[in-house]
Amino acid sequence: MRIVVALAAAISVFACTPAKASQAPAPKMAATGDTAAHSKDTVSTAGAGALSLPNADPYPSTYKPFPSKPTVIKNVTILTAAGPRITGGSILLQDGKIAAVGASVNAPADAVVIDGTGKFVTPGIIDVHSHIGDYPAPGVEANSDGNEMVRPVTAYVWAEHSVWPQDPQFPRQLAGGVTTAQILPGSANLFGGRSAIVKIVPSRTVQGMKFPGAKYGLKMACGENPKRVYGNKGGPQTRMGNVAGYRTAWIEAEQYRRKWDKWLKDRKGDPPARDLNLETLAEVLRGNILVQMHCYRADEMAQMIDVSHEFGYKIRAFHHGVEAYKIADLLAKEGIGAAVWADWGGFKMEANDAVRANLALVSQAGVHAMIHSDDPSGTQRLNQEVAKAMEAGKEIGIDVTEDQAIKWLTINPAWALDLDSKIGSIETGKDADVVLWSGDPFSVYTRTDKVWIDGALLYDRDDVKEQWRTDFDLGYVPLAGGAQ
Amino acid sequence: MKQITRHVRYAIALAASCALALPLSAQTIAITGGKVYPVSGPPIENGTVLMRDGKIVAVGKDIAIPSDAQKVDATGKWVTPGLVNAYTNLGFGDVGFSAGPRELRAKRGDGIASGFATWEGYNPQSTLIAPAREGGVTSALASPNGGLISGQAAIVDLMDAIALKDVIVKAPATMVAQIDDDESAKVGAKGELYGRLRDLIEDTKAYAHRKADFERGQTRDYVASRRDLEAMIPIVEGREALTVEAEQASDIEGMLALAKEYGLKLVIAGGAEAWKVADKLAAAKVPVLTGAMNNIPQTFSSLGARQENAAMLRKAGVAVALIGNGGGDEEMFNVRNIRYEAGNAVAYGMSWDDALRGITLAPAEIYGVSDKVGSLRPGREANVVIWSGDPFEFSSRAEAVYIRGKKVDSPSRQDMLEARYKTLPPEYNTP
Repeated sequence: MRIVVALAAAISVFACTPAKASQAPAPKMAATGDTAAHSKDTVSTAGAGALSLPNADPYPSTYKPFPSKPTVIKNVTILTAAGPRITGGSILLQDGKIAAVGASVNAPADAVVIDGTGKFVTPGIIDVHSHIGDYPAPGVEANSDGNEMVRPVTAYVWAEHSVWPQDPQFPRQLAGGVTTAQILPGSANLFGGRSAIVKIVPSRTVQGMKFPGAKYGLKMACGENPKRVYGNKGGPQTRMGNVAGYRTAWIEAEQYRRKWDKWLKDRKGDPPARDLNLETLAEVLRGNILVQMHCYRADEMAQMIDVSHEFGYKIRAFHHGVEAYKIADLLAKEGIGAAVWADWGGFKMEANDAVRANLALVSQAGVHAMIHSDDPSGTQRLNQEVAKAMEAGKEIGIDVTEDQAIKWLTINPAWALDLDSKIGSIETGKDADVVLWSGDPFSVYTRTDKVWIDGALLYDRDDVKEQWRTDFDLGYVPLAGGAQ
Repeated sequence: MKQITRHVRYAIALAASCALALPLSAQTIAITGGKVYPVSGPPIENGTVLMRDGKIVAVGKDIAIPSDAQKVDATGKWVTPGLVNAYTNLGFGDVGFSAGPRELRAKRGDGIASGFATWEGYNPQSTLIAPAREGGVTSALASPNGGLISGQAAIVDLMDAIALKDVIVKAPATMVAQIDDDESAKVGAKGELYGRLRDLIEDTKAYAHRKADFERGQTRDYVASRRDLEAMIPIVEGREALTVEAEQASDIEGMLALAKEYGLKLVIAGGAEAWKVADKLAAAKVPVLTGAMNNIPQTFSSLGARQENAAMLRKAGVAVALIGNGGGDEEMFNVRNIRYEAGNAVAYGMSWDDALRGITLAPAEIYGVSDKVGSLRPGREANVVIWSGDPFEFSSRAEAVYIRGKKVDSPSRQDMLEARYKTLPPEYNTP
């Protein structure tokens, strides 16, 4: 009986995060009292598949926006990521949202007014590939929690259970203008586990950082890493072994999904046994979890696309994709995003054909193109990475404007997380995740001046009292300027 | 048969394109009209750089241009010395760990590889040299790593060549050591590490005075081999720089004390916490190689890492050469990005002039090659870059790169890939 009650509660939770998760309010635990009503509603409206998860949100977000004051930034250049720039414009942040934007805005009398003359405003940067928190600094073995390298299929692990909110890399990432990140498990495994989508805010718990309503991602990896790690540990030892590994797992996941979907429809007998691994994979097959796939080589990406067709799931984005430019047309046709570096390459054979025009080339082909870091240093300067990629495009005759390039940092990664209705552009009604830059964000001399998340000022370069210091920073890391 | 023909045709096309890409032979070239940054002196608006037979012969405003000179109009452009990247592993391999070795780490078990002449494994035809050049880098310190005494580094020019002798500027340029990582240094603790350094220094001194006895087997055992001791002689005599990777302030202090005790010519590399001992470094005239893109307390010995480090050292009077420290394989694949390190140094407090000096003349002075590279002065190698604008900016590019007076513009492998895949599907039987 207890099991049945728990399941009913769980199903109701899941009802809050169906396919249109981005429109839904933050999922709430059953304790809110809506259980029965939601349960009924769910049965009639959501797809049968959506019912099958024993508990879609067992570790719910407790994030609440920080206190904020209505804030106006005026006389500023705004790169909106939603259209042409607004020069000499104004933006109003109020009650956590972008309340108004344009040539001028009506600000409440009590608003904080910031003169942005000579400065730029952009949406908060979104890094879809981060390991901050699961590979924290200092990089000691005791905290190395990013890669469950025990077997090639570990879809059962969830990155959030590794994330240390006191990682001193978080405030540095925020100071670089990043307001949302996807924290992924590492790439040793064919199936690495679920990602955590977080707002970059101080918190005692990872739950307090989790982006409300965000779908999970599933980290998958192809190529050298799995075969290198497992070559002498039972395999896969080859790329063909990798593919056999994905297929075997998907076959099991398909059976598992059918079994659960049938039980949820009929409710006859005992529910099937739960399997954490297959629960995640089944949710991918139902379209409720987004596949974020580490893959370097063009031919391998094409193979992965075929695997996805064979089992009827979508790959949301290829990560790293150093050869994405070789199959930009295929990625565009399939509607798969490309999350890439500006100029990393050569650190292993599958990264050897990296070119700096990758972003420009895939973007030109109509792919959802985005920058990503995979690195606690790079994440602090994603604007600089994009500036390099813009120039690389220009050098081969692809003229990328700043209004296009800003999308590589904001709205396109928001799309990769299926959060583009909430974040990623400067538009009325969106989360007030906003960066004020000292100048053009694509200049090497520009720095972030201020960063807001949901309208709350969380970083101010000029005010040490508005700079987050993690527990680790205390006593270990000298205050900037302190010893000068 | 048909297949073979196509491959042959491709090979011929490739060979032809390579031949075309070979530099013109050295001649007299006058770069005129640009904003010239000699580094050794103040900038010159509308200046001329005259080079002949691979050397710079004149730099200034009113330079007489010989009639046979090839004129290069640099109006509206910026002209600087070729950049010197003072900490690279360039030429020691193209691809990382899963595709064969990089020739930069000795395998000796005791961590002392002073006799390791790293440059003997340097490949002037590495595919990563062309991208470095495209970033305006014309000289590099090609350096080993790992161990306690990693080996000897050389300074090379990044020209098209096959023979090592044609590209060497100075070899050895410095002995390289690292004291940050005990495990790599093959010690259990810093105290042990200093003991091993002292043993090595003292044995080198003893060996230097008793070579004949050593050959006859009439000395006690030394801690290193003859080759390793020989290589250490110029170091213990203070004639050649000892570059020591150290991050923690107390480790830097430790090396300062050791260098003073034995009269070593010390250079600190990395130096995450060097800003804490900036005054002491300045007083001891010990230069620092560091970057401006790392603020992560990645180890317990680099807790004080900050991006203002280079600027603070410079303000204290320390000679600073800027090297990559922001990650992303800046030692090899992204040697080209050194100019962005300089730009970030400016964003974090360094003067623009000091930042340019930090990637040109400062490293040349630190390693004793300022009579050859690092500035636009008569008599120096004609390593010159014409930039479309401010070299530190992402929107600028190196429009022309001269090394020893020859324009180098052979495309990189990356250029070829971009050209091939710019329109899809690609054409496979063109270079």
